[in-house]
Amino acid sequence: MSEPLLSIRGLRAKVEGEDGEILRGVDLDLERGEVHALMGPNGSGKSTLAKVIAGHPAYEVTAGEILFEGEDVLELEPDERSRAGIFLAFQYPAEIPGVSIANFLRTAVNSRLGEGEEMDVFGFQRTLTEKMEMLKMDPGFATRYVNDGFSGGEKKRNEILQMAVLRPALGVLDETDSGLDIDALKIVARGVNRLSEADEALGVLLITHYKRILNYIQPNVVHVMMAGRIAESGGASLADKLEAEGYDWLQQAAAAV
Amino acid sequence: MPQNETIAGLGLDEYKYGFVTEDQPVFKTVPGLSSDIVRQISHHKEEPQWMLDFRLKALDVYYSKPMPKWGGDLSKLEDTLDEIYFYLKPQDQMERSWDDVPQEIKDTFEKLGIPEAERKALAGVGAQYESEMVYHSLKEQWEEQGVIFESIEDGLAKHPELFRQYFSTVVPTHDNKFAALNSAVWSGGSFVYIPKGVKVEIPLQAYFRVNAERMGQFERTLIICEEGAEAHYIEGCTAPVYSTDSFHSGVIEIVVKKGARFRYTTIQNWSNNMYNLVTQRALVHEDAKMEWLDGNLGSKLTMKYPSCFLVGERAHGEILSIAYAGDGQHQDTGGKVIHAAPNTTSQITSKSISKGLGRSSYRGLCKVYDGAEGAKSNVECDALLLDEQSRTDTYPYIEIDENTASIGHEATVSKVGDEQLFYLMSRGLDEAEAMAMIVRGFIEPVAKELPLEYAIELNRLIELEMEGSVG
Ligand SMILES: Nc1ncnc2c1ncn2[C@@H]1O[C@H](COP(=O)(O)OP(=O)(O)O)[C@@H](O)[C@H]1O
Ligand SMILES: [Mg+2]
Repeated sequence: MSEPLLSIRGLRAKVEGEDGEILRGVDLDLERGEVHALMGPNGSGKSTLAKVIAGHPAYEVTAGEILFEGEDVLELEPDERSRAGIFLAFQYPAEIPGVSIANFLRTAVNSRLGEGEEMDVFGFQRTLTEKMEMLKMDPGFATRYVNDGFSGGEKKRNEILQMAVLRPALGVLDETDSGLDIDALKIVARGVNRLSEADEALGVLLITHYKRILNYIQPNVVHVMMAGRIAESGGASLADKLEAEGYDWLQQAAAAV
Repeated sequence: MPQNETIAGLGLDEYKYGFVTEDQPVFKTVPGLSSDIVRQISHHKEEPQWMLDFRLKALDVYYSKPMPKWGGDLSKLEDTLDEIYFYLKPQDQMERSWDDVPQEIKDTFEKLGIPEAERKALAGVGAQYESEMVYHSLKEQWEEQGVIFESIEDGLAKHPELFRQYFSTVVPTHDNKFAALNSAVWSGGSFVYIPKGVKVEIPLQAYFRVNAERMGQFERTLIICEEGAEAHYIEGCTAPVYSTDSFHSGVIEIVVKKGARFRYTTIQNWSNNMYNLVTQRALVHEDAKMEWLDGNLGSKLTMKYPSCFLVGERAHGEILSIAYAGDGQHQDTGGKVIHAAPNTTSQITSKSISKGLGRSSYRGLCKVYDGAEGAKSNVECDALLLDEQSRTDTYPYIEIDENTASIGHEATVSKVGDEQLFYLMSRGLDEAEAMAMIVRGFIEPVAKELPLEYAIELNRLIELEMEGSVG
C-alpha cells in the first residue's frame, strides 16, 4: 500500500447552483500516520474543503479528484465515505433534538457492522464509557440530546468523542480548538494523541486558526490556504512564522505572482 | 443528495399492515343507515328499551345536523356512509380464555406483531376484533379490588344502573354530528370502573382492529374513575388496506372524580382511506388529574381533539399528541381544555410531522369561564415538515372570560435541515435512517411518556412507514 491515505488533486468546487469558485485547485497529499495542519485566514475555504472531503451535498466539485486509500470517493454518499473511514469533526455541529448521544452513536457504530453483527447495548456502553473517561466527560453526557443546548466547548468535545468511538482512518478536524479554554484544549489534544497512539496509521487533517493547538498536537506538515488554494506548505516552523507575521506576506507573495 | 430526491424516495405512505384475514361474520347488517338498522343492532344486542329509544333519538339528531364545514374535507363522506356496514359481529359469544380465541384471530395478532406480553400476559387485555370484544380477561387481583373492565355491551348488561348513570353524560348526543351517529349505532368498546381509592398498577389495554371491508367502526368507551383512584388505559389499533373509503367514529367518555388520576393512551395507525372522526372527552373534578396521550398515524382524514373539562377546583388536564401526515393524509388534531373552576391548570403539547402532500393542522381550544380564577393554561405545538410541499397550519382558539387567567401559547415550525441530515450521514447513517432518527427525536418528548413497549411500537411503526425506499 504505497498510495497516500488522502490525495487531493486539482480540486475545484463551488456552491451548487452558484457561480463563484470557493476551492480553486487544491493539491494535498496526506500519508498514513501523518498529522497535517491546515491554516489560513477566515473565508479562505478551509471548511469548504473539509465538507467536500466528507461529501456535503451543498457543494459541487467541478474539477479534480479526491482519492482516499487510492479510491475515488467523489461518487460516494456521505454515509459511504464515513463507513469507508473518513470522519469530519464539524466546526459547527448540527443539533438533533430528542436523540441521545448514546443512541445516535450506537446506531452509527452498528451502521458499519454487518447485519446480525451489531454491537449489543452493554458492549457499546462499555466502549462509550471508556472513551468518555478519556475525554473527562461526565457520564450523564451520553443521555443528553445530540448538541442540543450544548456550549461551544461541549460540542467540540462531543465531536472528538464520536471520532474516538467510530475509529476512522482519517480525521478531518475543523477548528475543533476554537472556543475551548486551555484545560479543555489540552484534554481534546490528549484525546487525539491517544487515538494516534492506538492507531499508528491514523491520518489527521487539523484545520485551525491558531498555533496554540499545535503546541499539543505536533504536525508533520503545515499548509496555508489562501483564496481557495494551498499557498504554502512547510514544517512546523511555518506555524511559528504565521503566528509572528500573520498572513500578509503570503498575500503579497500571491499578489506578486 | 438534493433535497427533493431525498424526500421523494422515502415513501412514508405505504401502509405496511395491508393484509386481510378471512372472517366469518355471524351477523352483518345491509349497507347504509336507517332506523331499521338501528333497531336491528339494538335487538341483536338484546338491549333494554331505554337504549333503543336513546339510539333512535340520536339517529334523528344525526340526520338533523349538517356536515361540519371546518376541519377537513368531508364532502365525499356521505357517499361512504351509504356503502358501509354499520354493524358486524364476528362471533356470538365472548371468549374467556386465550385458548378459546380462534386461531385466525391469533394469526391477526401475530401479523400485527403484537408482543406476546401484550397479547395475553399483561392482565386485563381486552382486544376488540371487528365490532365486539372477542377476547377479554381480567386479572384476579383487580376483580378483588372491584375493578370492572368489560366490553361496553357487558357493561350495560351486567351493571345497568352504573352504566345508565354515566352513559352519554360527558359527550351528549347533540354534541356534534358524529357523536350523534355514534350514539345511534355504537358497537364495541370498553366499560371501565375503578372504585374509590383503588390504584391499578398495570395499564388496562385494549388492542383492536377493524377487519372487514366497508365496515364502520363505532366504538364507544365509558370510563369512571372514582375518588382517589388511579389507572392507565391503553388502546392501540391498526387497520388493513381497502380500496373503498372506510370510516371510524368513536366516542370516549371519561369521568375522573375528586383527587383521582387517569391517563388514556391511544396509538392509532389507520389505513390511508379511513375517515377517523373521534370525540374523546374527560370530565375532571376537584384535585383530579387527566392525561390524554394520543398518537395518530395514517388515515385519509383524522379529526380528533381530546378534551378536558376542568369542572372542579385545582383540576389538571394534560393533552400530549403526535400526528404523522403522509402523502394524501390530513391530520386535523389538537385538544380542548375548558376551565370552569378556580385554579385549574392545563397543558397541551402537540407534535406533528408532515410529508409530501400530507397536511397536519393543530386545532386547539382553550376556554376559561368567568369565575375560574387563577386558571393557567399552556399550549406548545411544534410542526416538523419533511420537505418543501408538505404543509402545516395552526388554529388556536382562545376564549377567556376571566381576567386572572394566564394563558401561554407557543408554536414552532421546523424543516428537516440539510445540515442535520448531512451530520447524521457523515457518521455512517444512510439517508432513510438519518431521516427516521430526526423524526424519532422530534417526537421523543411525547414518546418518552409512553410505556416502553408502546414507545418501541410507535418507533417501529414510524420506521415501517419510512423504511426501504431510498435507492
Ligand atoms: N454553503 C455556502 N453557501 C454560500 N457561500 C459559502 C458556502 N460555504 C462557503 N461559502 C463561502 O465560501 C468562502 C469560504 O468559506 P469557508 O470554507 O467556510 O472558509 P473558512 O473555513 O476558511 O473560514 C466564504 O466566502 C464563504 O462565505
Ligand atoms: Mg471554517
